[in-house]
Amino acid sequence: MSDPTDMMIADAGIDEGIKKLTPERIEQTIRHVLDNESAARMKVYLETCVHCGLCAEACHTYNSRDRDPDYAPVAKVKNTLWEMVKRKGKVDGPFLKNAARIAFTECGACRRCSMYCPFGIDIAYQIMTVRRICSLLGLVPQYLQDTTNSHAVTSNQMWVQPDDWIDTLMWQEEEAMSELSGARIPLDKEGADVFYSVIAPEPKILAQLIGNMAVIMKAANIDWTMPSADGWDNSNMAMYSGDFEVMGRVERAHWERAAQLRVKRIVMGECGHAYRGAVYDGPKWLAWKQPPIPMVHAVEFYYELIKSGKLVIKRKIEEPVTVQDPCNIVRGRGLHDKLRYVIKALCEDFRDMEPRHEHNYCCAAGGGVINCGPPWKLSRMKSIRCKADQLAATKASLIITPCHNCHSGIEDIIGHYKLGMHVKFINELLVKAIDLES
Amino acid sequence: MESYWIPFVWLAFVGLLGGTAFKIVQMGRLASREKTVFPTLDAKHGARSVLHWLLPFGTRNMRLRPFFTVVSFAFHACLLITPLFVMGHAVLWQQSWGISWWSLPAPVADFMSLVVVAGGLFFILRRIAAPQVRNVTTWSDYAIVLLVIAPFVTGFVAHQGWLPSKHAIALHIASGIAWLLAIPFTRLAHMFWFVFSRAYMGSEFGAVRNARDW
Ligand code: HEM
Ligand code: HEM
Ligand code: SF4
Ligand code: SF4
Repeated sequence: MSDPTDMMIADAGIDEGIKKLTPERIEQTIRHVLDNESAARMKVYLETCVHCGLCAEACHTYNSRDRDPDYAPVAKVKNTLWEMVKRKGKVDGPFLKNAARIAFTECGACRRCSMYCPFGIDIAYQIMTVRRICSLLGLVPQYLQDTTNSHAVTSNQMWVQPDDWIDTLMWQEEEAMSELSGARIPLDKEGADVFYSVIAPEPKILAQLIGNMAVIMKAANIDWTMPSADGWDNSNMAMYSGDFEVMGRVERAHWERAAQLRVKRIVMGECGHAYRGAVYDGPKWLAWKQPPIPMVHAVEFYYELIKSGKLVIKRKIEEPVTVQDPCNIVRGRGLHDKLRYVIKALCEDFRDMEPRHEHNYCCAAGGGVINCGPPWKLSRMKSIRCKADQLAATKASLIITPCHNCHSGIEDIIGHYKLGMHVKFINELLVKAIDLES
Repeated sequence: MESYWIPFVWLAFVGLLGGTAFKIVQMGRLASREKTVFPTLDAKHGARSVLHWLLPFGTRNMRLRPFFTVVSFAFHACLLITPLFVMGHAVLWQQSWGISWWSLPAPVADFMSLVVVAGGLFFILRRIAAPQVRNVTTWSDYAIVLLVIAPFVTGFVAHQGWLPSKHAIALHIASGIAWLLAIPFTRLAHMFWFVFSRAYMGSEFGAVRNARDW
């Protein structure tokens, strides 16, 4: 049984949406998605699953909630998709409320379970299909829908206005200059080697990360630029709310801005879901064989800079450090070895996590889960107790998280489970560790 | 074996092969409607994943549950090998097609049949005892396991001569035919879907995302 208190959480985005539905609309929408937007994969997954439950222990929600069977990956599909298929789309409001809760708040589409199911059944894809249905029915958690609305209107996630964006960059350029003379944030520089893009929470609440990057770029002598207009935000919450039309639009804007500036490649800041959206989901939806310009994640970029000697580490971090392997760049890109290279270059006392690499647990914030907002925070914390245990076992005091979702998610975990640790992006450690003189 | 069984045995084999071919072609058509399936599939990474998942203890999940892994592999190995090489079948191949091949000594075949039955009973007990499995179980899951072990029970009984031979053989052949026909049309289709679904996931992890899925 799912946690009864979680089942009663009110969310206007879902609850008000349900009131507007008719049985015909529900049935038509579900059938449309199942018949027209999904084909072979869904069919094979539905036919192949032997109901063996071997995927259960892959999921942090199951492990964290005392092995409650309803949190096993297969059970999440059973309680949503299997029923929709079985009842041929004839489901009611209370069913949909529960399905939306499961799809948006109890699965972060982290894909860990696909590494535990012997058949490689893609539970995350099935859950994303449920989200798609919910989105078309107008049943998206209110906070998450707000980010999608922001993407639709401003093309960035947090209603950042064009003048605010430029203001923030100029302010951070000044900050960077006071750290390292000659540091600049070149806007719209055509033909630059690097187009740097960030997610909207950076200008909104973590602007110093942009300033840090300006210092790093100067220290490594990189020919780089940032765009002054739309397309600067690489985040994509519409991908997670199930609004794939807006998702495609956001990704296109990002790639087109870079193409317009004729840059050699895109480097993106420390974010996992943004990487996934830009490199996989976006191009897939847009039916591009591959994106027009190469793109690397910040971790790969730092790795290159350190390995090639462009950045020289002068002062290493001494306190005990561990790392959260973000799903979307480790399971999603295999960057774990490069990540460890960077961390070992930066830190004296590195203590690895167990399990690690592709087998690391999700932070429970990614996949749009944290974006479902305050109503769901306590539920999210209950679903991630195993991460608290995993972190505590490292006996580190600093956790490095090269992903915005992991960063916020793990900060929440530390607070909730009183772990007394703290969290940093690599960017923040780098500016303190590199040699700014030479 | 009475000759009136012959058309049914034909039906079983035609159903198995034809049904499987039909399913795979149909799925191939559907897959070409998806933007991702064929462009993603990659022989090297697909095979790499399939091999890891066919190798006992080749994956982390198998190492985390050694008892289950041994049971599952023993069950599947005996289930696939016994019917191919059991003496009773070898005789039939010989009689009807003139092909003769190696056959298992009777005590070994007996033992392997019992392994399948024991494995099946283990799966049933696990379904009842483990909440995460019971939660997603329907009557059909039990029925499938019973169907899968039925030819082994009846074959064993026939071989031991516990029932009048004619009745035992009749039960055995009927259950054997049902077994073969069920493969393409039930969850037992996992026998061939396994290769495709695993290879797809292996390709997505390996070729696209540069990661491992085992
Ligand atoms: C479809 C047509 C089938 C026919 C005509 C057939 C016929 C026979 C015959 C005549 C025997 C010998 C019994 C004895 O020794 O008195 C036998 C044994 C056996 N059959 Fe079949 N069979 C069929 C299908 C199957 C299938 C599908 C399976 C398993 C999946 C199977 C598994 C066995 C086993 C395991 C034994 C031997 C049991 C033991 O020696 O302990 N048979 N079968
Ligand atoms: C070579 C092809 C096959 C592969 C790779 C395969 C693989 C699997 C896997 C991975 C499972 C999940 C649970 C476990 O690990 O035991 C499973 C379960 C099962 N398989 Fe197979 N299988 C194959 C062929 C068959 C065939 C031919 C049959 C019978 C006709 C069969 C009958 C079963 C049954 C009854 C279960 C269910 C166990 C339960 O109830 O939990 N398998 N198979
Ligand atoms: S959260 Fe991750 S492990 Fe759990 S069901 Fe979703 S994809 Fe699977
Ligand atoms: S491990 Fe795979 S086959 Fe088994 S219940 Fe989970 S999804 Fe289904």
